Amino acid sequence: MSNNVLVFVDCNEGKPTRAGLQALGAGHRLAKQLGGKAFALVAGKGVEADAAGLGNFGADAVQVAAGETFGAYSQDGYARLVAQQAQAVGAAAVLASATPAGRDFMPRAAAIAKCGVASDCTDLKVEGGKARAVRPVFAGKALATVEGTGALYATLRPNVFAQAQTANAVTPEPVKVPFGVGDLKAVVKEIVAGVKGKLDVAEAEVVVSGGRGLKDPAGEGKANWENLEKLAGTLGAAVGASRAVVDAGWRAHGEQVGQTGKTVSPKLYVAAGISGAIQHLAGMTGSKVIVAINKDDQAPIFKVADYGIVGNVEDVVPALTAAFSEILKG
Amino acid sequence: MEIIVCIRRAPTTDARIKPGADGKSYDPAGVNYDISEYDKFAIEAAIQLKEKHGGKVTVLSLGPTDTTKELRTAIATGCDAAALLVSTGNHDSWTTAQALAAKIKSLPHDMVLFGWNSVDAQSSATGQMVAELLGLPCATVAVGLEVAGGAAAVERLAAGGNREKLSLKLPCVVTCQKGLNKPRQPNLTGIMAAKKTPVEETPAQVPAGGVATLRLDPPPPRPAGKIVGKGPEAAKALVGLLRNEAKVI
Ligand SMILES: Cc1cc2nc3c(=O)[nH]c(=O)nc-3n(C[C@H](O)[C@H](O)[C@H](O)COP(=O)(O)OP(=O)(O)OC[C@H]3O[C@@H](n4cnc5c(N)ncnc54)[C@H](O)[C@@H]3O)c2cc1C
Ligand SMILES: Nc1ncnc2c1ncn2[C@@H]1O[C@H](COP(=O)(O)O)[C@@H](O)[C@H]1O
Repeated sequence: MSNNVLVFVDCNEGKPTRAGLQALGAGHRLAKQLGGKAFALVAGKGVEADAAGLGNFGADAVQVAAGETFGAYSQDGYARLVAQQAQAVGAAAVLASATPAGRDFMPRAAAIAKCGVASDCTDLKVEGGKARAVRPVFAGKALATVEGTGALYATLRPNVFAQAQTANAVTPEPVKVPFGVGDLKAVVKEIVAGVKGKLDVAEAEVVVSGGRGLKDPAGEGKANWENLEKLAGTLGAAVGASRAVVDAGWRAHGEQVGQTGKTVSPKLYVAAGISGAIQHLAGMTGSKVIVAINKDDQAPIFKVADYGIVGNVEDVVPALTAAFSEILKG
Repeated sequence: MEIIVCIRRAPTTDARIKPGADGKSYDPAGVNYDISEYDKFAIEAAIQLKEKHGGKVTVLSLGPTDTTKELRTAIATGCDAAALLVSTGNHDSWTTAQALAAKIKSLPHDMVLFGWNSVDAQSSATGQMVAELLGLPCATVAVGLEVAGGAAAVERLAAGGNREKLSLKLPCVVTCQKGLNKPRQPNLTGIMAAKKTPVEETPAQVPAGGVATLRLDPPPPRPAGKIVGKGPEAAKALVGLLRNEAKVI
């Protein structure tokens, strides 16, 4: 094993995603600390076009797996690709962002390499010459520092690691794999698109969440939820929800924030009409700045909020939207 | 259909977690346990498949002897048999997967179900690793699952709220997410059956390796916040603070 780092850079329609570039930034810094090189690996249709550009984001070398085999996503195809390249470059650490794809194939890649995996990490460091990762466990109620036997396979939480800026001239190299589409065990056949342009709470830089305090959107809470959407629109934010709201069928499962929902780490989290139950806090206390709006000044959410407004969502949310639009305009 | 459901005994989600004396594991004082949240969707999926296609559901867990309680709850809910690989150790997903896969190999299986993520270790890895060890196709984070013609049609949650559709030839591994179904509660006949159904207990064979926890620390405390004000009049001040003090907008 050398001191190199392999980073799988997540792409969407051929373009590296923000989370993918953040993982590359983390890999670049880790490789420097280890005294090795950062290899970026991209796969899929149309990824060749932007591949050389990864030299500007921390890659010392870029590998490209294009072609039919990676045209549609498959867990085992991507896992085999990553494990193969990890071995080829002698990676001491193998990184990908903890996006739905990264979380899906990285454990399988680690298993192929007979290694464990550190999922959804929030820090990477080198101690005693070895790569170590820090990851929240128990939904953020504790932080575990972990080390792998063999290479450290790790997925990195989006929005936690900074992108890198480099000026490395790289020549993308094509990657060959000894398998084709026909060898794959399970390939995605069809993608049913979610709402177009809808931001995922787990990846958004700003999240605006609503709780039971907003009331039933099919009844008296209709205007409250519309107001929350407007606030989100103004901030370019994703809309999140408490479990109470999801269980009531007011919002989609994918929006639930918390221990049994999504863990979010945006730079700004706004909780409106959310009490702040321990399971909810578990999913959002990794946010940089937390704002709470609640009519009850004793609500537990105020214990973790950096800024709070005691008041009714009915009038505070629209007032916030107006204040944000004004400041963002000017 | 022969269905195996892997379930994990985990601290309840309202548990307060503090690092223990060894600095590596949590202090179990005052902690209650339950079936890890998403495993309940896997149990329900297994029971529904059995109801539709016939067959048998076996629940499997690796954990301390106390895990018989969670396994009995699964039987009371409608599962048919239970096996426990007894170990008190703190194992990572890779070593756990190896112990589970070795046991699964010895059992007939058309489908092996998991939770998509455990509420304590949160690796979202064990299912995929078992699939690799058994050489099986795998779909994670399933919110839709049907079996027909020797294959499983799975709908899984992907990035941006998209849903990916896959077809997996049986036997296969599927990890379950909220939204797949509504888990039922144990019923009276089930509770009676659970009393009579033995839980097969064997010492777990867990290999070395994987990812080791070197330290467990409490999260850094959040600095005390402030109430900016009351009612809509406070909105302007708040936005000002976000720009000039917190510098997030
Ligand atoms: C196994 C398990 C897992 C769980 N996982 C999660 C999870 O992942 N995520 C999660 O969120 N919860 C989770 N929960 C549920 C959690 O315990 C709480 O029940 C839930 O978070 C409460 O949601 P809420 O804050 O929206 O509702 P409530 O607790 O009902 O709070 C509503 C709040 O709105 C305020 N309010 C009311 N009207 C107004 C108004 N007009 N203006 C302003 N404020 C108002 C009230 O003061 C109150 O604080 C879980 C529970 C269990 C048992
Ligand atoms: N000790 C265990 N025994 C049985 N199943 C387990 C165990 N640990 C994890 N699993 C299964 O693997 C899933 C994912 O766990 P994890 O990889 O820890 O997120 C869980 O939801 C369970 O279905």
